[in-house]
Amino acid sequence: MSSRETVLGSVRRALGVSGQEAPRRQEVADRIAGHPRGIVPARADLPAAGQIALFKQMVVAAAGSVDHLPDAASVPAAVAAYLRGRNLPLSILRGQDPRLADLPWSREPTLDVWVGPSDGRQLAGLSHAFAGIAESGTLVMVSGPDNPSTLNLLPDHHLIVVRAEEITGNYEAVWDRLRATYGAGLLPRTVNWITGPSRSADIEQTLLLGAHGPRSLHVLLVGAL
Amino acid sequence: MSVQITSPRFKDNAKQALADAPLQAALAKVGPGFIGRRAAARDLLPEFDALRDSARDIKNHTLAHLDLYLERFEEKVTAAGGHVHFAVDAAEARDIVTRICRDLGAKTVTKGKSMVSEEIGLNDHLAANGIEPVETDLGEYLIQIRGEAPSHIIAPAIHLNKEQVEADFRRVHTHLPPERNLTEPTALLAEARGELRAKFLAADVGITGANFLVAETGTSIIVTNEGNGDLTQTLPKAHIVLASLEKLVPTLEDVSQLLRVLARSATGQEMSVYTTFSTGPRRPEDLDGPGEYHVVILDNGRSGMLAGQLREMLRCIRCGACMNHCPVYHAVGGHAYGWVYPGPMGAVLTPSIIGIEKGANLPNASTFCGRCEEVCPVRIPLPKLMRHWREKEFERHLTPAPVRYGLGVWSFVARRGWLYRPATDLAMRLLALAGKAKGRFTSLPLAGGWTKVRDFPAPEGGTFQAQWQARKAARRTGRVS
Repeated sequence: MSSRETVLGSVRRALGVSGQEAPRRQEVADRIAGHPRGIVPARADLPAAGQIALFKQMVVAAAGSVDHLPDAASVPAAVAAYLRGRNLPLSILRGQDPRLADLPWSREPTLDVWVGPSDGRQLAGLSHAFAGIAESGTLVMVSGPDNPSTLNLLPDHHLIVVRAEEITGNYEAVWDRLRATYGAGLLPRTVNWITGPSRSADIEQTLLLGAHGPRSLHVLLVGAL
Repeated sequence: MSVQITSPRFKDNAKQALADAPLQAALAKVGPGFIGRRAAARDLLPEFDALRDSARDIKNHTLAHLDLYLERFEEKVTAAGGHVHFAVDAAEARDIVTRICRDLGAKTVTKGKSMVSEEIGLNDHLAANGIEPVETDLGEYLIQIRGEAPSHIIAPAIHLNKEQVEADFRRVHTHLPPERNLTEPTALLAEARGELRAKFLAADVGITGANFLVAETGTSIIVTNEGNGDLTQTLPKAHIVLASLEKLVPTLEDVSQLLRVLARSATGQEMSVYTTFSTGPRRPEDLDGPGEYHVVILDNGRSGMLAGQLREMLRCIRCGACMNHCPVYHAVGGHAYGWVYPGPMGAVLTPSIIGIEKGANLPNASTFCGRCEEVCPVRIPLPKLMRHWREKEFERHLTPAPVRYGLGVWSFVARRGWLYRPATDLAMRLLALAGKAKGRFTSLPLAGGWTKVRDFPAPEGGTFQAQWQARKAARRTGRVS
């Protein structure tokens, strides 16, 4: 008998079931198809403007920073200003995302913009989020050539563009959007929820920013200003 | 780390821990830090307790249908191009991981923090097979270079102070200039980041645990604050997930309920920094991510727990709140428990995995104050389950003879009121008389274990039963005392 059969057989013996019971199978199928929401905190039950305000507040509470911009065309200047403000080289790495590619980068002629995944040598990376979650100030990143996962992790400074209409109240709204985009029961290789910059409290419970991931997380929130 | 079991020597371990001054200094910070942060996070979320009920119900539903959710999970992982491996015990899980690493010609593996890896003693096995394991969670890295086991399930190096960390870094990182300044924790963190960055980029295989497995999508989830687990699973050729079978949850909505209570219960955060959902290997169009994705699902005695009341223990989501609130853990730390899982959750889980013969001391290492159950995000009745193990220990004659005889005498007397009442009354009077002058005893025959570390108060007034009778009589006559 294979270990798979041994383990499943042992589970079934302990539960006193055969695995063939129609009502049990139906209950499981229904739960997956219906994916009930359970308790969703009322905190983010707000009109759009309120959700945006809460999102900004929660990003800052998680030690991130937010630059609220009037439109996407303002992003290149905001990126350059961020790098200058921290005395960083005027160089940024981004993925192929057309929402980033189509920005007026030529307005910042001194800013070098590179495209591709990170190999760990870049100080600053730029990604476009799939969504922002007001409840906890969380950014939702999906993997793929548009926004390679290494950009979320390797550069010291992670800059993330999110559009105001992509801010949702809670996690559940994001699952609905992901199902609509990728299909029921399907996800991209990686979905990263990011809430603030990397940190560790493993030395004497003292919280320090900048463990293995980015030391700084900067959100470029676009629109609804 | 070594998985050598010292749980049978709990009492000696505890004595040593109580006499260990640096350990006591480190432990003094556990309670105030964790307890306050969790309470603050709970106060910020009015739905917190309702979410705990929801989390409990989700886990109960999943465990009752675990066979079907395991099948669904396996089907979805396979459809996404990944592989699921079932392991009956620790040895099989180690062999599966080693085989995958060998097939890829792996020389080094990076590792995210995984308690299952500790449980199966993976690092020693990999090293014995010529594969270098590198722990990347800062706490796990610290205990790896010290050759220790974790002392806490979410803060593995909580027993260390920064001077010890500095000494270890100077001992191990000998290629760095000896005159460098490491007095500040930020310098220590920066050094670990620099050392491990190269390891992340060079590793052939990345091994992580899983906080949850989602049946709906065939997804494994890790939750970290450092980002080490994410680098571990993103950069190498293959990602191996180690998970015990109770990590299953049905849907993405269900896991969102559990995530809302996990970080708050563990560290008092609203949400941990990185919550990463991984489904299969890199897709054809992807420019990064692992080429292979394997999930090893470990049983190691857990399926048997589904049959009785220990099923409730399988709801555990490994937040550590029970040990953060445990007066016994605060006093002796995690290593005294003698295996991988310390504190109240360890006192219940350890005997289930290594056997009550070796783990019998742990369910006894409790004051039954009940704080662990009060704070558990999935409402596991930990004291009840510890009592279950105490009963098993007694039934199986594992209790030491003096305790058994003592309990026998006590139960004989206690069941005979005509004997119990005068005997306790006499003992009470004698104690009250003897302790009258000071109001307490600094030493007492037969109670040396108690009086060696604290005073025993001298009784005042009558026995409980006598006082109770007096109060009832007073009520009848309308007087309130």
